[in-house]
Amino acid sequence: MNSTMNDHTEITQPQTLKVSTPLEMVSGAVLPEYELVYETYGKLNADASNAILVCHALSGDHHVSGVDADGKPGWWSGYIGPGKAIDTNQFFVVCSNNLGGCRGSTGPTSLNPETGQVYGPDFPIMTCRDWVNSQNELRKHLEIEQWAALVGGSMGGMQVLQWAIDYPDKLRHAVVIAAAPKLSAQNIAFNEVARRAIMSDPDFHDGRFIEAGTTPKQGLALARMLGHLTYLSDDMMGSKFGRELREDKLQYNYGVEFQVESYLRYQGEKFATKQNFDANTYLLMTKALDYFDPASEFDHDLSKALSQACAKFLVVSFTSDWRFSPARSHEIVKALLDNDADVSYAEISSEHGHDAFLLPNPHYQGVFKAYMQRVLNEIRPHNENRESVS
Amino acid sequence: MNTLNAPISPEFKLISDWITPNSRVLDLGCGDAKLLTHLIQTHKVTGYGMELDPDKNIQAIEAGINVIQSNLNNHDICEYFDEGSFDFVIMTQALQVVKRPDELLDDMLAVGKQSIITFPNFGHWRMRGQLLFRGRMPETSTLPYHWYDTPNIHMCTFNDFEDLCHSKGIEVMERAVVNSEHQSTLGMKIAPNLLGEVALYKVQKKSQL
Repeated sequence: MNSTMNDHTEITQPQTLKVSTPLEMVSGAVLPEYELVYETYGKLNADASNAILVCHALSGDHHVSGVDADGKPGWWSGYIGPGKAIDTNQFFVVCSNNLGGCRGSTGPTSLNPETGQVYGPDFPIMTCRDWVNSQNELRKHLEIEQWAALVGGSMGGMQVLQWAIDYPDKLRHAVVIAAAPKLSAQNIAFNEVARRAIMSDPDFHDGRFIEAGTTPKQGLALARMLGHLTYLSDDMMGSKFGRELREDKLQYNYGVEFQVESYLRYQGEKFATKQNFDANTYLLMTKALDYFDPASEFDHDLSKALSQACAKFLVVSFTSDWRFSPARSHEIVKALLDNDADVSYAEISSEHGHDAFLLPNPHYQGVFKAYMQRVLNEIRPHNENRESVS
Repeated sequence: MNTLNAPISPEFKLISDWITPNSRVLDLGCGDAKLLTHLIQTHKVTGYGMELDPDKNIQAIEAGINVIQSNLNNHDICEYFDEGSFDFVIMTQALQVVKRPDELLDDMLAVGKQSIITFPNFGHWRMRGQLLFRGRMPETSTLPYHWYDTPNIHMCTFNDFEDLCHSKGIEVMERAVVNSEHQSTLGMKIAPNLLGEVALYKVQKKSQL
């Protein structure tokens, strides 16, 4: 990420919402109470019409913009911040850690009030709909009648779709980036291999690794290596690593010889140790992805599923993304067009694969910014009136 | 962006005259969406633009237009839209750049009840003159490219286009010609294929009659 895209230093402070309304989950399980950790950026205007909810992807969290207490920039600060595509001088941006996550919201590492032990593998399996329902509690708490926009990439984009279907009158715009209307068999297969890697680690202890005083680092690192592979494109790996060796000649052993091996091991290691990602959360998030299929309740007809959505849509895909390829976004666009919905679609030329949605790109930036300007233009007349009144 | 009072070209003015108010419109190769913006403001049309160029896409979104980034060579419009989805499918100055203008014409008249198409006339006397006297592929202000780098890979004359329509059972409902300044003169009305630089056609399938 270049410096011009990361030049603001708003220090952000996470907040916690304690929800005591029980969450009745799709699986049938009930979460009697839970906490959602979230961050906000910018100011909510007088009529609460400038609020944007950002939904995070598999390994993301609530720290989407600004800089946290440790000086770490938010994961989407290239696109969210003062003067950015989502301009925090204009919008009030909210991002929460998904329920079941491991960055502060109630999840497998939290204490189960019924047993007094950590939930671990007993934490109920989440679906996109459960996330959306819990985020709706946050909306109510913040006294936002309607989001100006819901924005998300990858798994975040799926939550945006779910929001548009489940709470059609609670959002005016839906920005769905590098997403899919459901996972393909290949997507599910990759997730399953990642889960097997974690669950077959001797340190997994059937998910009770916290009590055992350990973490399934090897399995988690393997899962991350595999996941990471699906985020990159063949071309990009070719140009970044090629067949470059770490030493100048082949060693004819099973050590790390090629740069790409070293890079992947580093990514896996970083995720499993430094970032301390919870293995049960990883399992749970991949399951939620597998289950996501909003059309299934509408005779497997996505057009029917989206017929109740009233938001205006921006759909974005990236040419080299093979995890959720442009063809998957076409399915979403087609279903919206079937409903004569307001939709714009951009297919961004990029060699960075699925990861492109987090990286700088002039076309992507231009489209994103232009669309958010449109969202803002719809709000502005309100605000100006209000300001002149006060 | 306020384009309400922006002047529009005579070509766009002529097209507007052919559009029914409150109709549903698809604009292929919509560029910065000036035409669609004008039609929305003056004729209260609804619909979409399609455009391949990234920068023009951004401009169209800035203008508040629903634009689908799409390559006209991929039969995308039939993938995206059902038959008869639009009252008008418009394509200005893009017929000559697509791989198969004949197939695109079919697609346009599948998803739209009527089509409005404009293209540069290769039968204009300047083109004929350059070929006849210089023996070289013409380069004019309307078509300022060399033969080897031109995006205009399927040039045709008015007569060629009308022959294609005839062979496909497509009825020409309206025809207009303008020069490169997009004006219309008496000479163009008498000898359009010789004197008209830009052709405007409104067509529909004959079977619909």
